[in-house]
Amino acid sequence: MDTIILLTITGVGLGSIYFLVASGLSLIYGLMHVLNFAHGVFLSFGGYIGYEVARIIGIETWTGFVTACIAGALAGGAFALLTELLLIRRLYNRHIEQVLITVGLALAAVALFGGIWGHDSIPLFGPEWLRGTTGMLGVDVPNKNFIMILGAALVLIGLQLFLHKTRYGMIIRAGVENRSMVTALGIDVRKSFALVFTIGGIVAGFGGVMASYYFNYISPSLGQSLLIFAFIVTVIGGLGSIGGAAVASVLVAILQQFANYYVFGTGDVVVVVLLAVVLLVKPTGLLGKKA
Amino acid sequence: MKTTKHLQWIIGIGVVALLALFPILPIPIPGILPGNTNTPGSLDLLILCLLNVGLAITYRLLLGVTGLLSFGHALYFGAGGYIFGIMLMELEMPFWWAVLLNLGFGVILAGITGAIALRVNGIPFAMVTLAFGQAGLVLVRKNSEITGGGEGLNITKPLQEIGLAFPIRDIKYPFWIVLTIIVVIFLILTLVEHSRAGHVASAIRENELRINVLGIKPYFAKWIMFVVAGTLASTVGMAYIFANRAILPHAVSAELTIAALLMVVLGGLGSKWGAVIGAFIYTILNNRLIALSSSDFVTGLPDFLRIPLKEPLFILGVLFILVVLFMPGGIHGAYTRAVAKLGLRKQAKNEEKLAA
Repeated sequence: MDTIILLTITGVGLGSIYFLVASGLSLIYGLMHVLNFAHGVFLSFGGYIGYEVARIIGIETWTGFVTACIAGALAGGAFALLTELLLIRRLYNRHIEQVLITVGLALAAVALFGGIWGHDSIPLFGPEWLRGTTGMLGVDVPNKNFIMILGAALVLIGLQLFLHKTRYGMIIRAGVENRSMVTALGIDVRKSFALVFTIGGIVAGFGGVMASYYFNYISPSLGQSLLIFAFIVTVIGGLGSIGGAAVASVLVAILQQFANYYVFGTGDVVVVVLLAVVLLVKPTGLLGKKA
Repeated sequence: MKTTKHLQWIIGIGVVALLALFPILPIPIPGILPGNTNTPGSLDLLILCLLNVGLAITYRLLLGVTGLLSFGHALYFGAGGYIFGIMLMELEMPFWWAVLLNLGFGVILAGITGAIALRVNGIPFAMVTLAFGQAGLVLVRKNSEITGGGEGLNITKPLQEIGLAFPIRDIKYPFWIVLTIIVVIFLILTLVEHSRAGHVASAIRENELRINVLGIKPYFAKWIMFVVAGTLASTVGMAYIFANRAILPHAVSAELTIAALLMVVLGGLGSKWGAVIGAFIYTILNNRLIALSSSDFVTGLPDFLRIPLKEPLFILGVLFILVVLFMPGGIHGAYTRAVAKLGLRKQAKNEEKLAA
């Protein structure tokens, strides 16, 4: 019983990280139909900038952690905005080319990060409390899980409020639903593309700092390795659905934890099997409306 | 158009004949090959070029012909290499049995994964194939007692023992064998492309809705293309472990698929010849860039120039972005545009003559 509780909570913690990558990815895909291979790069970039900032203030202090989160989010957002303006914008509606551009960007950026910060991972340890555990329901839960869950919950609430309560959010939601109809109503959906990209980048950059404190290291390929799970999560959750991404993130991560513990570390393979099953039963994903 | 097609084949046959002579003729190609063509270093690089050609032309059947953006193509390449190696080393199977069984396995693997992945289209298809490839990579990494894990799988047995008799140290023979395999794969792909299913596949790329309206099921044609591309890629994988006598987890990774994507886009999706040229350029460029990154010239530069220049993948990534942005259709596209321009000029001249 103890193990089940522990695995569930750590699963939700890991799922929170997946959600931070997958939510932006899903939003970008839902509105723009761009598969953003460079999304992991936004995450790594945020992580590195966060690390540099935290190093100045003090990695082991709470102020250092919070400032790192803000700096990482800003860095990720700026990188994403530039990507949209300089590269993606030139290739509107040419989806394959857009994917190719992001693939090239991801390749170049990961290599560049490796050149700047080294190809090996940099170990990183946060505030004392993050490394400790808290007794809960009879098990010792690593504290970092709570912070991850809190961060992801804040992002989820923030995104939902933005999408449902603001005018831009409504345009984005309407655009995901039916882009040509929104355009027909005289609203230029393309103006919100840069916005969606920036939001995705902010969330990913924030996720980068969170992930580096969660895994206790930062490396050039950290983002890209998380990206693969984020892809799986977005397909299972339904492309373009934030709620779907949230549900699928937690589902995938918990399943992974359980399979890793009980079925000889087969977590990653089980996740792919789940993906195959979802595709066979419901190709649009759990909460997706259209393929 | 007909004459350029013929010309391509004549040049192709000429190049293959020239390549076949490389191991016995000491031709220096400075700047491209590390030494004369018959030195082991150059032949190693040429074998890698040929294997990459195999990877690129099979990948083009998916992306260039059928319009399927797969990120899991390396899975079939790696599976071919690894399973072939395991059959020879662990199971001690006779060579030709291993070849046959491996081909069969390639068909089954591509058949099953393709059938599932093709349930979705476009970008979701790309994500699903990526996930399958990733699962393959995880399996290779985790089962290190069979696959060698990060160290890779090595064929340590002498080839005579597995039923092939030629001097192992002599790299000439692997070179010729790989060349033959790649030429055969090229011919098979040409046949497949010009078959009925091939025509349906290229029609699907242009307009899938229309194929549906015509009453043809696109799913089956796409599946056939996927299985052919996967099986041939696993054959290239077998050739890889045969020629290099070792295989690393990189062979199953998404990075290798992305490398194939780079080659194909660089050369141009429009033709197999483009993919061949793209693969050669990519391989040699990658090799030269690694040499560049450790050269005295680069290490002496200031930081802001040195850091990007010592990362070959950075330069390749930037080059790739530039090709996508400014050179649609890659090298093949640029070539056809140049030919068309020349043709127009000739036509204009003829008309002028007629008018005068």
